Amino acid sequence: MEYEPAIGLETHVQLKTRSKMWCGCANEFGAPPNTNVCPVCLGMPGVLPVANEEGLRKTVLAGLLFGCEIPPRAKFDRKNYFYPDVPKNYQVTQYDQPSTRAGHLDFEFEGRVTRVRITRAHLEEDVGKNNHFETHSGVDFNRAGVPLLEIVSEPDITSPAMAFEYLNALKEVLIQGGISDCDMEKGMVRCDVNVSVRPRGASELGAKIEIKNLNSFSAARRALEYEIRRQQGVVAQGGRLAQETRRWIDDAGVTELMRSKEEAHDYRYFPEPDLMPMEPGAAWLESVGRGMVELPLARKQRLMQDFQLPASDAQTLATDPALGDYFEKAACGAKAPKAIANWIINNLRAQLAHSGATLALVRFAPGAIAELAGLVDSGKISSKIAQEVFLEMFATGDAPGAIVDRKGLAQVSDTGAIEKLCDEAIAAHPKSAADYRAGNVNALNFLKGQVMKASRGKANPGLAGEILDRKLKA
Amino acid sequence: MQVDLQHVMKLARVELSAEEQALLGPQLGQILGYIDQLRKVDVSGVEPTAHAVPLVNVMRADEVQPSLPHAEAMRNAPAQRAGLFVVPPVLE
Repeated sequence: MEYEPAIGLETHVQLKTRSKMWCGCANEFGAPPNTNVCPVCLGMPGVLPVANEEGLRKTVLAGLLFGCEIPPRAKFDRKNYFYPDVPKNYQVTQYDQPSTRAGHLDFEFEGRVTRVRITRAHLEEDVGKNNHFETHSGVDFNRAGVPLLEIVSEPDITSPAMAFEYLNALKEVLIQGGISDCDMEKGMVRCDVNVSVRPRGASELGAKIEIKNLNSFSAARRALEYEIRRQQGVVAQGGRLAQETRRWIDDAGVTELMRSKEEAHDYRYFPEPDLMPMEPGAAWLESVGRGMVELPLARKQRLMQDFQLPASDAQTLATDPALGDYFEKAACGAKAPKAIANWIINNLRAQLAHSGATLALVRFAPGAIAELAGLVDSGKISSKIAQEVFLEMFATGDAPGAIVDRKGLAQVSDTGAIEKLCDEAIAAHPKSAADYRAGNVNALNFLKGQVMKASRGKANPGLAGEILDRKLKA
Repeated sequence: MQVDLQHVMKLARVELSAEEQALLGPQLGQILGYIDQLRKVDVSGVEPTAHAVPLVNVMRADEVQPSLPHAEAMRNAPAQRAGLFVVPPVLE
């Protein structure tokens, strides 16, 4: 029998706020250990946490981006467990009344748009970080109390590769929505996976096995590949799987048992008495909703439809919202948006990378790109000259038309002038002329090159070729 | 009302002597018995509440305030190393 996997992900992302969730300590990566701490996030007795509004706003905004329902009331709960990185002996989270629920994420997978349902996205707090020495551990509480969004998916994912794409798409939405910087290197995104296998076509899920300790998307993919093979092996040999928690050992590329169902934690959730419930009113929700952005996938599809861009260009522009905005301003009403996309994706990006500048510092308005593309399209300048004009635009911010006039770069399509240059080229290179007459086609290109050179690139190359051909065949 | 005292002790990370267990076990049972009594009250039509205070949306602005000086933060630590709170080895 064939067994297919069902995968659900729990993704934790640190929210982009200035201060922590319940106190004014900085939410900042890389500070010396235990310097962004205070009585509240160290779990001292007698302190009172107060919710950071921005943490709640970003949570709800994330929910809106995932098309979630925003319940009229949310509350915080204590999840009790003993572990050195949890100074209070409980983690504040949202248990049965989360801020958002029942949404979805659409993303492209294997060339099709796929939907994974999101069960909920709730707000909780990050915990401290353990450092391991030979005989003991050391805890840094700088991270404790940093707002953390947990995004729980339904078990709609059917392969490790699909899980990987889901995570990438999720990250893209969170970054573009300004919810989180999602910097993997700084541990801003972590995920746990739940995976089970069941006979193909069965409606009931198999025993759910959770894997922890996944610090990168590729680790999640590898852990799933391993774990699915392991589970399929167990059932193929007639074994039975039971609910358990496993740990991914990245170096060895295996999962190992962490705790069985019997040893599962008893978290004894109860309402957090120190934090008041949240009732997001219409006005507050509306102000949060003003932070909505167009989702990257929707934008990609729109760019392809409205501007007839190929998928790869649309993808590039949708992944970089500022560049996408710039393109849309430049291409608005333009005849050939594809040419404008080329200028922006190839030339403008290269110059920005080369000069270390950002889009905001570009000295010409987006419309100048459209004007430049128009000059090429109308034949006023050659595409080669256009490259030179572009560099000048980038350096000076001058309009392309003004640069062409000032530097005398307009393409020469005046037959008389080109005829003269052709005569000169033929006279100066009699051997090439003879070669062409003898049937060597390449010789014409050489002569054409001489004409272009003599015209300092301004001669209309097509015209030069025609005239040379006519003269040589005469 | 019977209480699984061993389980409760494990969850709370407390060690109790045989005498203490003999005393606290029945007392916990009585507390749960009282809760059981409360359960019999008809509360259909009463909104569940997590808080006694009718307050919602208590929030502060996202502003950074000074943290404790490092030495002050570490003052209660029985042991420290490299600026960290030293604890028994942990692996999970």
